[in-house]
Amino acid sequence: MIRLQQLCKCYQLGDEPVQALDHVDLEIGAGEYLSVMGPSGSGKSTLLNMLGLLDTPDSGRYWLDDIEVSALGEEARAAERSRRIGFVFQAYHLIERLSARENIELPLVLTGNAPDERRARVDELLQRLGLDRHADHLPNQLSGGQRQRVAIARAVIRKPALLLADEPTGNLDSHSGQGVIELLEELNGEGITLVMVTHDPAMGKRARRRLWMQDGKLIKDEQDAHA
Amino acid sequence: MRSTDYLRLTLTSLKSSRLRASLTILGIAIGICAVVLLTTLGEGLRLYVLENFSQFGSRIIAINPGKSQTGGTGGLLASTRPLLVEDAWSLRQLPYAEYVVPVVQGSGAIEFGRRVRYTDIIGTGGDMAAAWRFDVARGRFLADSRGGYPQPWAVLGHKVKQELFAEQNALGQFIRVGGERYRVVGIMAEKGQMLGFDLDDIVYIPVERALSLFNRSGLMEIDVTYRAGTTAEAMAERVRQRLIARHGVEDFSLITQDEMMRSLDRILAILTVAIGGLGGISLVVGAIGIITIMVTTVHERRAEIGLLRAIGATQRQIMWLFLGEAVLLALIGGVVGILFSGLTLGLLTLAMPTLPIQLSSFYLLLALLLSALVGLISGVLPARRAAGLNPVLALQSE
Ligand SMILES: Nc1ncnc2c1ncn2[C@@H]1O[C@H](COP(=O)(O)OP(=O)(O)O)[C@@H](O)[C@H]1O
Ligand SMILES: [Mg+2]
Repeated sequence: MIRLQQLCKCYQLGDEPVQALDHVDLEIGAGEYLSVMGPSGSGKSTLLNMLGLLDTPDSGRYWLDDIEVSALGEEARAAERSRRIGFVFQAYHLIERLSARENIELPLVLTGNAPDERRARVDELLQRLGLDRHADHLPNQLSGGQRQRVAIARAVIRKPALLLADEPTGNLDSHSGQGVIELLEELNGEGITLVMVTHDPAMGKRARRRLWMQDGKLIKDEQDAHA
Repeated sequence: MRSTDYLRLTLTSLKSSRLRASLTILGIAIGICAVVLLTTLGEGLRLYVLENFSQFGSRIIAINPGKSQTGGTGGLLASTRPLLVEDAWSLRQLPYAEYVVPVVQGSGAIEFGRRVRYTDIIGTGGDMAAAWRFDVARGRFLADSRGGYPQPWAVLGHKVKQELFAEQNALGQFIRVGGERYRVVGIMAEKGQMLGFDLDDIVYIPVERALSLFNRSGLMEIDVTYRAGTTAEAMAERVRQRLIARHGVEDFSLITQDEMMRSLDRILAILTVAIGGLGGISLVVGAIGIITIMVTTVHERRAEIGLLRAIGATQRQIMWLFLGEAVLLALIGGVVGILFSGLTLGLLTLAMPTLPIQLSSFYLLLALLLSALVGLISGVLPARRAAGLNPVLALQSE
């Protein structure tokens, strides 16, 4: 499903160039469950942003479902993001002035779906995530765990094939973090490819395949035998 | 993305920063209000002036002494001969000539018994009342002397008569004009003001007597009206030829009512545009307000922009979102400004019913369009900036 070939990304941090991704080769199959671990600044987020077509590599190539997305222009990448990719961030990134329902339906709004259809799909998802009572609440009326569930609902409302989570439990206590992980795993169980960045080894261990990064390089790629 | 959703999202954004949005809207409203008010007043002034001038009829040619150099009342040639009363009378015989009105104007004391009033004194001929469409209320107007020195007759404007005689009969009474004895032979009907000039506060005396009273050798102006059937240009040419024949050179200037109206109209139209432009300055200030607010908004909502990009928004969609917000701000400002200027003009017409001001829906539509344009122009820069943000950096900016 995903193939990265010699992907490089270099950032300029002051005067010093930082190699955020250093010739990364990676293949990910459909339906896989990966965790990405490593020290802070090792390039985990940069890798995730690359996979999510938010960032562009300096060199190297990237195929997503046999499309060479590293050759696409800005608007085409936006279309691919919309169709195939869901993002979950540590900071939730909910729009504070919109209700939970309005936040969740945003991807459908962007693609111009009709309000009736949006409502039906959001209702279904809210029900499933146990958020139906909170549909009309604003983000600041929700707990951290609830917010992240709303963010996940927004990420999967268009049924993407790839779900990218950057430290999704980073701002949560262990209990609600646990709930969020279970939800993500449940979605993975239904076939969505899940890539999750985490600094928590216990969380990372749950994944069937685990990557370690350091200084922009993939240093370890571990896979459960029975997967 | 649907336009209703653009509108909905933009409105939630404006609602979430109400005070800031209101102030920006106010800025545009003031600008639009200034433009609408000033152009409407300018247009009203133009109509008012033109109306005032056209009350004299349109087939008039005015002759002034001296050759104007670039139109208007330019410098006089050294060889200028005065315009004589005889010049005026000679124009009477021209084909199509209807009335010929020699004019000398001055001012002086008008005395009746022990009452004194200082007024304008116009020396003219017998045609004036008919030519200028001034009605005589009682008695008769002046008569032309035809060669001899005219009788000391005077005709009083309505106000002069009221001031000197009140309800008393004035006809046949003797008054003093500049110290000389005159007999009142007529009283003009009330005429009102024209451009601030009181047409009722005038005393009319025969032009020859006025010349000697003011110690002048020539007339200030000769007005010729002409009958239908000829053009202004042809008539002006006849007058020109006749006067050149008498003077030897063209040491006078002619202006037809048509030309005068046209140049007046042009001047007033330019004036209207100029004061409208003055209002435009406040619109520019309002536009700068929008730019400032939108730049701030874009900066504050970087994370939101990054998020929208992450969930698939295109750069174009981001741009329309912010451009739409700027246009909406300006449009609301435009509507508020139009309502406010309508209110002001309404009050103004209540206070001064004679002002010929009217709000035309065409201009209102234009004002609305103008405000939308202001929003569009001032929104472009911030919106492009929003669209051009790097989504990764934007997301990191919390
Ligand atoms: N937008 C950026 N500009 C400059 N340097 C960056 C930027 N994003 C990341 N970096 C640098 O790239 C390296 C990798 O960052 P990141 O992928 O965020 O690491 P991680 O998520 O593993 O903590 C870090 O050294 C970071 O400072
Ligand atoms: Mg990171």
